[in-house]
Amino acid sequence: MKTVFKRTPSLKDTQTHYCPGCGHGLAHRLLAEAIDELGIHDRTIGIAPVGCAVLAYDYLDVDMIEVAHGRAPAVATGMKRTNPDKIIFSYQGDGDLAAIGTAEIIHAAHRAEQITVIFINNAVFGMTGGQMAPTTLLGQVTTTTPQGRQSNGQGFPLQISELLAILPGAIYVERCSVYNPAQISNTKKAIKHAFELQMNGAKGLSLVEVLSPCPTYWHMSPARSMEWIEKEMTKVFPLGKLKDIA
Amino acid sequence: MAGKIKINTERCKGCGLCITVCPKNGIVLSKHPNKHGYFPAQANNHDCNGCAACATICPDVVIEVSREVNIVEVKEIKKQNCGIKTKINY
Ligand code: SF4
Ligand code: SF4
Ligand code: SF4
Repeated sequence: MKTVFKRTPSLKDTQTHYCPGCGHGLAHRLLAEAIDELGIHDRTIGIAPVGCAVLAYDYLDVDMIEVAHGRAPAVATGMKRTNPDKIIFSYQGDGDLAAIGTAEIIHAAHRAEQITVIFINNAVFGMTGGQMAPTTLLGQVTTTTPQGRQSNGQGFPLQISELLAILPGAIYVERCSVYNPAQISNTKKAIKHAFELQMNGAKGLSLVEVLSPCPTYWHMSPARSMEWIEKEMTKVFPLGKLKDIA
Repeated sequence: MAGKIKINTERCKGCGLCITVCPKNGIVLSKHPNKHGYFPAQANNHDCNGCAACATICPDVVIEVSREVNIVEVKEIKKQNCGIKTKINY
């Protein structure tokens, strides 16, 4: 018998603190596999977010640093400019990237920084207790929107990838998901493509958004969460390539 | 079909996602909790085809898959099994 699936070396052999069915574990695996398949393990440096994935450096076996909430694209800018031969990525949730860090991501893309951003969108602030995020869907019940989010007063879901895609400095923006095995494979392809652009010295920012389940604060079973992404979340956040200069 | 999966039950969190994608209904949740208190997934491996759909969706990466054929066929099977609808009722 031939082993056709096993853990990849850049994913540490350890238990994560994530809730059952959380999408962060999947995103970590895809990221680690992309790094190993591209053979860039020794020259990749990652940035962990503030949020549920704050301990990502305990799970990914590459050099990583932890930065202040939302500031990853600013720090990544410095890292890439001083170490142009390194592959730099930030791993950020929607609370990190689409709320407090909106200015950083927009200006990093605007300056065409040659970094890769993995953007995990689960439409909620997970780490702090399930509060509404800018990405929360209309009608979605969160700790701070017990009646469901209303556009009147609480605004609309923020489509940050669409915003970024219009900037000339963003060279690749794709929205993917992990709700079934086909989507999962596609997400890995997207992450690899983003890294390849950076490896080839493409002049600009690459971002892969991943619609990812948070069963705990969606108050759903893991299986139901996957279905909710497919049926509800993708209506507001349509999947696909928003931009690719390659 | 000669496929086989091995689940690290002590690291499994019993989320059940692997069960929803297995085309052979080859996985169930155990009635006995592991040391963390989760009811882990258990494989019967009766007609496992080694498609690796279960391992692909496992957020905790605790499933290892082996198979008795060449890689080309595995890719074909994976393709067939991609996009399977959720089978669980909740
Ligand atoms: S709160 Fe949500 S995002 Fe955070 S670990 Fe749990 S399931 Fe994952
Ligand atoms: S490899 Fe495929 S057939 Fe075998 S247990 Fe996993 S999902 Fe089921
Ligand atoms: S998907 Fe993984 S963690 Fe979830 S029940 Fe199956 S083996 Fe366990």
